[in-house]
Parts: sequence; structure tokens; C-alpha cells
Amino acid sequence: MILQIGTYLLVEKFILISIVLAISLLVAMYSTYAERKVAAVIQDRRGPNRAGPFGILQPLADGAKLFFKEEIIPSHSTRFLFILGPSLAMLTACMTGAVIPWGDSLHLGGHVVPLQVADVNIGILFIFGVVSLGVYGIMIGAWASNNKFSLLGGIRAASQIISYELAMGLSLIALLMLTGSLSLNDIVRQQHGFWKNGYFTWNFFRQPIGFLIFLVCAFAECNRTPFDLAECENELVNGYHTEYSSMKLGFYLFAEYVNMFISSAVMATLFFGGFNFPFMDHLGLSANWITILGVVALFVKTGFFIFLFMWVRWTIPRFRYDQLMKLGWKMLIPLALLNMVVTGGAALFFNH
Amino acid sequence: MNWQLIIFWILAVIALLCAIGVVTSRNPINSVLFLIMTFFAIAGHYLLLNAQFLAVVHIIVYAGAIMVLFLFVIMLMNMNAETEPQKSQLVRFAGVISGGILLIVVLAALKKADPALMSGKSSDIGLISNLGQVLFHEFIVPFELSSVLFLSAMVGAVLIGKKN
Amino acid sequence: MQALTDRAVPVDRRPLNFWEKMYLPGIFRGMAITLKHIFRKKATINYPEEKRAFSPVFRGLQILNRDEEGRERCTACGLCAVACPAEAITMEAAERKPGEEHLYREEKYAAKYEINMLRCIFCGFCEEACPKDAIYLTETFAPSSFEREHFIYGKEDLLIPLPGEETKNPQA
Repeated sequence: MILQIGTYLLVEKFILISIVLAISLLVAMYSTYAERKVAAVIQDRRGPNRAGPFGILQPLADGAKLFFKEEIIPSHSTRFLFILGPSLAMLTACMTGAVIPWGDSLHLGGHVVPLQVADVNIGILFIFGVVSLGVYGIMIGAWASNNKFSLLGGIRAASQIISYELAMGLSLIALLMLTGSLSLNDIVRQQHGFWKNGYFTWNFFRQPIGFLIFLVCAFAECNRTPFDLAECENELVNGYHTEYSSMKLGFYLFAEYVNMFISSAVMATLFFGGFNFPFMDHLGLSANWITILGVVALFVKTGFFIFLFMWVRWTIPRFRYDQLMKLGWKMLIPLALLNMVVTGGAALFFNH
Repeated sequence: MNWQLIIFWILAVIALLCAIGVVTSRNPINSVLFLIMTFFAIAGHYLLLNAQFLAVVHIIVYAGAIMVLFLFVIMLMNMNAETEPQKSQLVRFAGVISGGILLIVVLAALKKADPALMSGKSSDIGLISNLGQVLFHEFIVPFELSSVLFLSAMVGAVLIGKKN
Repeated sequence: MQALTDRAVPVDRRPLNFWEKMYLPGIFRGMAITLKHIFRKKATINYPEEKRAFSPVFRGLQILNRDEEGRERCTACGLCAVACPAEAITMEAAERKPGEEHLYREEKYAAKYEINMLRCIFCGFCEEACPKDAIYLTETFAPSSFEREHFIYGKEDLLIPLPGEETKNPQA
């Protein structure tokens, strides 16, 4: 299977992986800038505007600052795991981009280049598996810090992510009943265009409740406000990264932004048609142009979701811990189960 | 020596070393981390057998959920190498015997197994659609029975939790 | 107790009803508010490029004035030091020698005149107390520094320079 591959394919995939990785990191970098800008405009401020025109070089300045700061490893920490923590967080954050179809195929001089690193037939499960591993970075780092606040942050993160993963999985099952496939490529192709046979093709219009549950769970999985209890600074100093400094802290923060980008892309892919956009068949452009426009469309959708993440962050205060658990277990999971049953019933009813 | 064999050997060595690490390391946290590594190596073996669904579910369920709970509990109880109680000679003896019996069972099962299944030829049984067909046609009764078993276990857990 | 404003609202402590427990309506309302704020005028002023105008009654750094012929007005009477609530002003008087009439207006002048800007509260009492109109508060403030000594302003920092004469203090 994966091992009988030609050199050409290897080179192509290698280039594609590099591009996807570079774009994820670039988007994450500018998400930090966007976060500060969005926070500023929502609070009637201006935000960073000194480094370069409109402060566009601010992420570089931030990165350089983090690199040049003193790197402190607490003397009673478990040194190896302390370094492993942020590395794992970063690794799992970057891995998910592999199965997302960033665009349709490009036709380059006889070669068909699909803009997806790996079209595995269990794409969603892969994302799910990698996301569930993301918590290890936090937990290992938190434990290795040998600090009570860090440990509490790590424990909170673990219980929160496990709780919300359930609701997320259940909301996806309802979606999978309709698509009948776990491959992200298939799911996107089923949502071709925007309007077909008198109804929308995008999954959001078939699964609005499923999308809502998925969205809430994505917030929780990314440790974003209102669910950022793991790094809650008024209770836990800084949660799991209290003891971290320099670029190791930067990795934790950066991993959060990469996660945010990837989960935005996943939401756009699963529920909002991925690289499909309205009237894509009526423009009369060549296939390559449609592909490129599709990539742009996907990034526009992703950008909107990233904005939504930030918009919510600067609007809603943090949940209390018992509220968080109640919301996850007593509201989202029953709602997801109900959604699943209703979807199954409707699918049976309309198929007969 | 093809690629598949090389990867198999690497994964096998990792899996065995980590499994030994689980048993020998004094610190429970290290044990759990070794166990996670073992699970990953085994998931790699599943991938080699073209059982992608099994590999991913293995990672989601074991590495992603169960081991997180293990870590959670160990971190919460603050178990360290220093606080680990000295086990009595009797417990060690019982451990060795039960482990030895398990080894005999596994060896016997391997001896009886069909050599055709161990040829390393990849089949498509592990792909999700084939697995679903088999589960929901051939083995529908055991599948549903096990789901009822899980449900009753869940109800039992909730009942125990409700008591206090 | 009488309410201080007419905007006080008593806190509603009833348990949340079903609609409120859904959180979503409240969240959407909040998001609408923050969305409105995105398009509001920003309160920030880009400081070094634009400066906010001082109010007409702003009281800043002191200066020692001269009369129309360029002579120092201060006679070291000490009324400003007496008036100063923060006791920031110290001075030493000296007698004007013959031939110094073009420098000092009266027979007595301040040989040393110091204001400790770390003590000064910029109340303007010195300006009011001065019988000779010698000290005024300007519309600038003391520049920051890492050294305490830099905040004790001597006569050379306070006296306004003669026309055509370069100022000795680079900060002024």
C-alpha cells in the first residue's frame, strides 16, 4: 500500500507537505497578530501598529522576542518530559493538516496533482485520533513542571478534552450517516456547488445542530475561551504553562493557534463545502482556475472561522468548571444523541 | 529485505522495548508513557496489515482516551517512584506465575493459529467498509450482545456513582 | 440609602430559565454588542505623531521668567517656597553687585533656585504666591529619566533662555 510509491509521487507529496506545513505556520503566525487586532478593535483600541506598516511585522517581533528570552528549566522538573511537552503539542497540532483536502486536483502538464497530502479512507477518524493525542503535550508538560498550578491546569485540560471529545464524536456520527463515508475528500465532493435538486448541498444546512455541537466542542478542544480553564490566569496563574519560558512557551501558544487554524479548516470542510463555492460550474473557467478559486474559497471560510474564534474569545467570559462539565455531559451529549437518532430516522424515512 | 519488513522490525523492537519499560520502570508516569509508546507501535503494525480503521480506533480509544485517564489518575494521586510501596515477596511470586500462565496461553494460541493468516500478505478486511459489512451481517448477534453488555456496564457505573 | 445615580439596577438572582440555560441567546446578544464596537471610533491617539491638546488650565513644568530687558525677575523672596505644600522649592539669595544691573532686575536675586520635580505636585501655588510674576507653570511635563538627580531642576534648567542663546538643558 503506502510503500509501493514512485519517486515522482514522493517528491510531489514532499512538496505538498512542506507547503501545507508552511501555510499552517504562517496562518498561525498571523493569527496571533489578528488576535491582537481583533481584541483591539472590539475594545475600541487600535492594536499593534508600530512594527512595519499597520504592525504587519509584529509576529516576527514577538517570535524574535520569545527566541531571545532566557530559557528556564525548573530544577525539580523532569527535564526530558518538560522539553517533550511543548514538542508534542506542536507535533500533534501540525499533523492534522495532512488529511484535509485543500483543493481539487491541479492539472500540470499531464500530471494530476491532488491538493491533499493523504486521501485516507478514514480521514475524520485520523483527525479525531490526532486531536485526542493533543492533550498529551499539555498533560506531560504540566506534570513535568512539578508545580501545583501546572498540574491542576493539565488535569483540567485532560478532563475537559475527554468530555468534549465524546460530544464531538457523536455530532460527527450524525453527519457520517448522511455522507456514508469517512474520507474527507468524498465528503467535500458530495457538497459540490451550492444548490442542487432544490436544496443546499452544504452539510451545514442538513446538520445545523450537529454543526453547533461540533463548533462548541472545537472551542473546547482548542482550549479557547470560554473553555480555556486549563490556562485560567486568575485561578491557576497560567495553568499548564506556568513554568514555561522562552520558545517552549511560544510553542504552546503557537500550537493553540495552529489547532485553531486546523479546526477552522475542518469545520469549513465538513460543514461548509470545503473548496466548493456557489456558481463554480457556471463561471466557464478552466479546471485549474476553478481549483485555485476553490483553494481561495476554503481559505476565506477558514479565515471566517478563525475570526469567529477570536470574536467569541473577546465577547464571552470563561465558564466555571462545574458549568463546563454540566454543559458537556448534560447538554451537549444528550443533544448530540438526539440529533443522531433524528438524523437516522429522517435518513430511513426519506430513503424509503 | 523490503521496506515492509524493515518497518516491521523497527516497530517490533520499539514495541518490545517499551513493553519491557512498562514493567521495569519505577515511576508510574514513565510506565504509562512507555505503554502509550507500545500502543503506537502496535497501531503501526495494524497499518502494516492494511487495517487502517483498527489502527486509528486503537489510537483514539487506547492512546487517546484510556491512557489519558490512566495518566489523569496517576497525576491526581501524585504517585512517584519514592512513594511506591515495597511489594511483598508473595505478590511478586503471584505476579510471575500469572504472567507465565498468560505467556503459555499466548504461545499455545500462536501454535494453533493458521499459518496462512500469518503470511504477512495484506488483505482488505481491515478497511472500514469491509469491517462494517462483516460486523453488521455475519456477526450482528455478538455485536449487539456486546453493545448490551456495555450498556449494562454503563448503567451499573452510573448507579454506583449515584449512591454517594 | 439614596441611589447615587438613576442607572442602578438591582441584581436579578432568580435561577436561570430554560431559554437562559441554553446560553446561546445571551452569547449572540453579546457578540452583536462586540460586533458593533468593531465599527466604533477608536479612543486611542497615536501618541508621538498626534498629541492630545492640553486643557487651558493645565499646569506643567515651572519656568523662571525674565522681564522685557532680559533680566531675571526673581528676587529670592522665598514666598514660593513658603507657599509650596510639597516643599519642593529651595533657594539661596545673593546681593546684586554693581555692573550686574543688566542681569537682575532688583537688588537681590536667587543665586541658587532648585525645584525637586519628584516632590512637586504641580499645584501652581508658587505661581500664585509670586509677587514679581517670576515663576510660571508651562504646558510641558518633566521628561522621564533613570536617575533621581535628573529630577532636581536647577536655575539653568528653569530659567527661560535669552533670545538667541542656546538652552543648556537638552531636555527642556
